[in-house]
Amino acid sequence: MKISSVKIISLLFFVLSAFYLYTAYQIQVFSFDENAPFNAKTFPIYLGYAGMFLAGLKIILPERLKEEVDHKVLDYKKVIFLVIIMIFYGLTILRVGFFVSTSIFLLLSYYFLGERRWKFMIIFSFPFVAIFMFLLHGLLNIYLRDPFLKYLGIIG
Amino acid sequence: MIEGILIGLKTALSLKNILMVMMGCFFGTIIGMLPGLGPMTAIALMIPITYGFDPATGLILMAGVYYGAVFGGSTSSILINAPGIPGTVATSFDGYPMAQQGKAGKALAIAAYSSFAGGTIAAIFLLFAAPSLSKVSLSFRSPDYFALMILGLTAVAAFSSKGQFLKAMMMAVLGLMLASVGQDTLSDIPRFVFNNMNLSDGISFVLVVMATFAMSEALMIILRGTDPSSAAKAISLKELGSIKLDKEETKKTLKTIPRSSIIGFIVGVLPGAGSTIGSFLAYGMERNFVSKEEKEKFGKGSVHGLAAPETANNAACSGSFVPLLTLGIPGSGTTAVMLGALLGFGIQPGPRLYMTNPEIFWSVIMSMYIGMVVLLILNLPLIPYIARILAVPRTFLIPMILFFSVTGIYLMSFNTFDIFLMIGIAIVATGLRLYKFPMPPLILAFVLGGLMEENLRRSLLISDGSFSFLWERPVTAVIIVFTILIVSWQAYQSLKTK
Repeated sequence: MKISSVKIISLLFFVLSAFYLYTAYQIQVFSFDENAPFNAKTFPIYLGYAGMFLAGLKIILPERLKEEVDHKVLDYKKVIFLVIIMIFYGLTILRVGFFVSTSIFLLLSYYFLGERRWKFMIIFSFPFVAIFMFLLHGLLNIYLRDPFLKYLGIIG
Repeated sequence: MIEGILIGLKTALSLKNILMVMMGCFFGTIIGMLPGLGPMTAIALMIPITYGFDPATGLILMAGVYYGAVFGGSTSSILINAPGIPGTVATSFDGYPMAQQGKAGKALAIAAYSSFAGGTIAAIFLLFAAPSLSKVSLSFRSPDYFALMILGLTAVAAFSSKGQFLKAMMMAVLGLMLASVGQDTLSDIPRFVFNNMNLSDGISFVLVVMATFAMSEALMIILRGTDPSSAAKAISLKELGSIKLDKEETKKTLKTIPRSSIIGFIVGVLPGAGSTIGSFLAYGMERNFVSKEEKEKFGKGSVHGLAAPETANNAACSGSFVPLLTLGIPGSGTTAVMLGALLGFGIQPGPRLYMTNPEIFWSVIMSMYIGMVVLLILNLPLIPYIARILAVPRTFLIPMILFFSVTGIYLMSFNTFDIFLMIGIAIVATGLRLYKFPMPPLILAFVLGGLMEENLRRSLLISDGSFSFLWERPVTAVIIVFTILIVSWQAYQSLKTK
């Protein structure tokens, strides 16, 4: 018997709701609030039960429409690359600074998505980010931490 | 009211706000023209920018983006039969055949005039309806608000799920769960933070919107290998023809506009229905209103068939502001995003908004007129040029969307944890969207979560822990009955199909 992906997602949602409910019961409330009609854990407890109930219904009831996705036509490779680049961007943005990390993020994204026109790739990375930074830093007075540009003496 | 209108006009007509409307309409049109990227993505990308402005300006900018996106959606519906947003699907029924007959310019003009008229008439309705409804809603109590939020969530789930009501309700519960992360508003007790300081203030609304719409949309485009800009390329190459309407076409358009405006506005006011239902309903109704001879032309390039959904979808956009501005409860995903942004500004929309912040209340209404004029005067003649800007390949478009999403979040918190959390939510959202789990109920629930808990808290404390508050007040009982009707209808539909 093949279990549909939607049922598996519903099962995961059921487990998530059960964990949420368990965590909701663990919320420490003030002792004077313990028996109050409503305290910090009341609403989450209702939500946990609601989530389990809805997910349970979705698992039990037969499916009207089979929502199967053809994974062969989906380009997971590019998505994984992009996600890795984004994580790398997140890791470097504070350490390296906004200018270099953003420019490299854009450059790598263009490349992994199949772009090979280097002239445009360069224009829409380093100069583009420089203009964007000027708008934020220079015009809107939004401070952007950038150790690299600070080291070069470009920003204070 | 006159005083309010003058305040609104003064605010909306300031140079800065006019520029914001123009910018919003322009940007919205660009995003709306890209199939798959709708007003919610456009507004989500705009939120971090709006936080640099005062609330009135921010909201005016977002309203401009909203109208622009709807207009942009119509353009791609008419020219290439690829609706940018669901609200413009009905537009393609007669708009595309007109374009194929070499009347693309005329079709665009009819769409623009109808949108303008529909939006303007609905804005007039809003002008009168909003203050009156605000007065009525002042008598609303916590149980009524709680019931209204339940109704709103159920209705949005019912309308956005396309027959998958349970999935939509699961998403609504997930949204409420995400909203419960962080300190409890009353007792400051931390909930679901797992000893992580970054979660103690809760999850940012902008983060959730960016992750579930902008970022996951970009990932979906890559995953499916589609190229949204191909639509724009087709538009720029197309011969548009004259945009001048003859007497007969003008007469037909003028006949359709009033009735479709009313339908659109009423549907827009209803929670959850929005521009998609409004446009389909107006299209169907118009078919019944016209002569037998005209009826035959429907689906083959009828002027009535194009003007009706176009009028209705813009009227519905204005209508959807009524519950937002008067009750503080959004009726659609897009207005939910706007509510989230307003809460970010520290403003609580609701019946007292037009007393406490009249400049916001009235300037938004006034900016709707200005937005319509901008769309008509600027965007219509600029369509071929906007389309050329849009012919940016996806190899540049997607990184830009991701860049604006990540930077938007980074600029708000300067915290890399938020970036990683956003990536995580975006990956989960992409997986869920792949299996047709709708995102608007999640956003609406996330925005309403805090308010819902607050109103439930008050209601339960007043009724000493009893759920009798749900039927003790007639208003609450009526709202609950409507909610039960929606759920029953969904259950009946589901059984009928089986």
